[in-house]
Amino acid sequence: MAETKSHIGTQNKKGQTYTDPWKMLNEAPRKPSFYTGSEVIKEAIRRASCDVMIAYPITPQSEAAALIGELFAEGYIGDYFRGESEFAVMSQCAGAAFGGARVFTTTAGPGTMRAMENFPMWAGARLPIQMIVTCRGINSPLSIQPDTLEIAYLLNTGMLVWHAETAQDFFDWILKGYMVSEEPDVHLPLALCCDGFFVTHTKDVVNLTPTDMCLPPYDPYRSPVPCMDMECPPVRMMRDPFVMKSNYISYATHASWQQEVWAAVERSRKHTIHWLDGLIDTENADAEVMIVASGTAVSQGREAIRLLEDEGVRCGLVKVKSLRPWPAEEICEATKNAKHIFVPEFNVTGWLAKEIKATIPNSERVHAGPHVCGGMTMPPEIIVSEIKTALGLRSESLAGRGS
Amino acid sequence: MTQYRVLPGPEHFLPPSAASMGIYLPNPGEAHINGVIVPEEKAYEEAARQFLMAQVPTIFPGPLVLWAWNEKAAKKAAAVRSLYETLKECVQPGQKPMLIPMPDYRPKYPKINPEVEINPNHPNLTIWHNKIDCCMFIGVHCHQANLSLKIIRGGTSCYTVAMCAQAGHEDAMLSFRDATVEKILKLGEWIRKLKGTVKPRLAAAKTGASN
Repeated sequence: MAETKSHIGTQNKKGQTYTDPWKMLNEAPRKPSFYTGSEVIKEAIRRASCDVMIAYPITPQSEAAALIGELFAEGYIGDYFRGESEFAVMSQCAGAAFGGARVFTTTAGPGTMRAMENFPMWAGARLPIQMIVTCRGINSPLSIQPDTLEIAYLLNTGMLVWHAETAQDFFDWILKGYMVSEEPDVHLPLALCCDGFFVTHTKDVVNLTPTDMCLPPYDPYRSPVPCMDMECPPVRMMRDPFVMKSNYISYATHASWQQEVWAAVERSRKHTIHWLDGLIDTENADAEVMIVASGTAVSQGREAIRLLEDEGVRCGLVKVKSLRPWPAEEICEATKNAKHIFVPEFNVTGWLAKEIKATIPNSERVHAGPHVCGGMTMPPEIIVSEIKTALGLRSESLAGRGS
Repeated sequence: MTQYRVLPGPEHFLPPSAASMGIYLPNPGEAHINGVIVPEEKAYEEAARQFLMAQVPTIFPGPLVLWAWNEKAAKKAAAVRSLYETLKECVQPGQKPMLIPMPDYRPKYPKINPEVEINPNHPNLTIWHNKIDCCMFIGVHCHQANLSLKIIRGGTSCYTVAMCAQAGHEDAMLSFRDATVEKILKLGEWIRKLKGTVKPRLAAAKTGASN
């Protein structure tokens, strides 16, 4: 395959220096900045050497999309436009990626669902598009407040799925995400999720890399499938569609194609571990009571641990950073001493608890909850209450605190 | 549980992808044999041995070396040609080395002529028709190579080698990574080095055809 010239050390038209990504993200000086999550998305994209960003308004991602429009006006993005709908946006993203561009887009809740058909298509075509999902409610009665139900649907698309806890995670993982998803043995789209509003619309101190450093540009010649040209566009693979036939080899080809997508998810494991410093983080991993969570439920879990410590209950924490690839071995290891495993979630179905139950031995240890089902934050007190109740300890009634 | 191994097939109607069975790709300086990570030097020897043992050792070059789209591709194509010439010089009477191109991935079925080219969506046809029992992929886009290698493993008994310019292929029985002109030529040197020391399977051997 291609061994193209390195851009590292050279400058782009904005005067940013293409920098070795590992040095930029791990060794370059960081500047503390007080930003909203949406502003952090903009700052990450400023440094991401993106070619194309395509936008469509839906709360709570609209602000980030609009801010990236400013980046386009400033000359940091090659092209930027608004699609006709979320479905159109995701199709247009595919077109740009087929053409060899580094592509970025943002969505949320019902927009994610409307565009859903595109995501397995992205994965099947091995397009390393990055999509930010600022989670919100999807089910009726609608809510624009955070819920994480759309993540459950994304888990089976063949995309990589990461769940950020904080704005700092968001900044770093947007940039690291391209490094993982563009590896030739991976080359898959990434859904980088966060809990909308809690991350996007609150301010936090985020340590940013220098503005004059940026990622090296995407090299489409390292793609595991041919770049699109008029002679051999990847979509031409369907000119004589093997899926329409019913002989053995047609079946084998289609089935192998699907297997190859999931093989690529597996291959992303070592790259994800390298860039995210592991698929999970743990605290008090030897505790008999463990909280396993992703997204901002991790932060609430930490606070619950502090409250429980005040009451003499020792509790550990597993922060699940990557959902695809799924950290099966890591979760088994981190929970091997746990007698009780609590999985607080911002959704009604408890998809994370189901994944964990399907992963670990003696899954009756898993308590699926508490759930807030979107629309509000998760008070750490309800995690504490759930744990104390399960342990047979007396728990103060939250309702009794009334307003 | 027994560790999965990537072995010559036919394995199954639809074998799992090796990556899903816990086979990892080698790091730079390494290769894998049957899914076991080894120093790259060991892989040269084993690949050369497999070529010299085979009744019909075959090289399948893909578009990334067949199309002279940059200077390096052209040099690699010349190196592949050199490797093939070396192989022809080093085999014994009765062995039949072949060079079968994969110039274009677009589907041609049922018009593909598997005697003269290979298509990644039905590579087993080419293996069966030519009774190929050892082959090497080179210059094939990674995704297409993985598809082909898995289908070959599923339906034939052919030993597969991948000379990958990127991270390698779990679904080959033996895979190099970061392939360069030098590495292609080095494999030729190993074939020359082992000439006459390896007993070919010849007619008594099982062929690639398994149907």
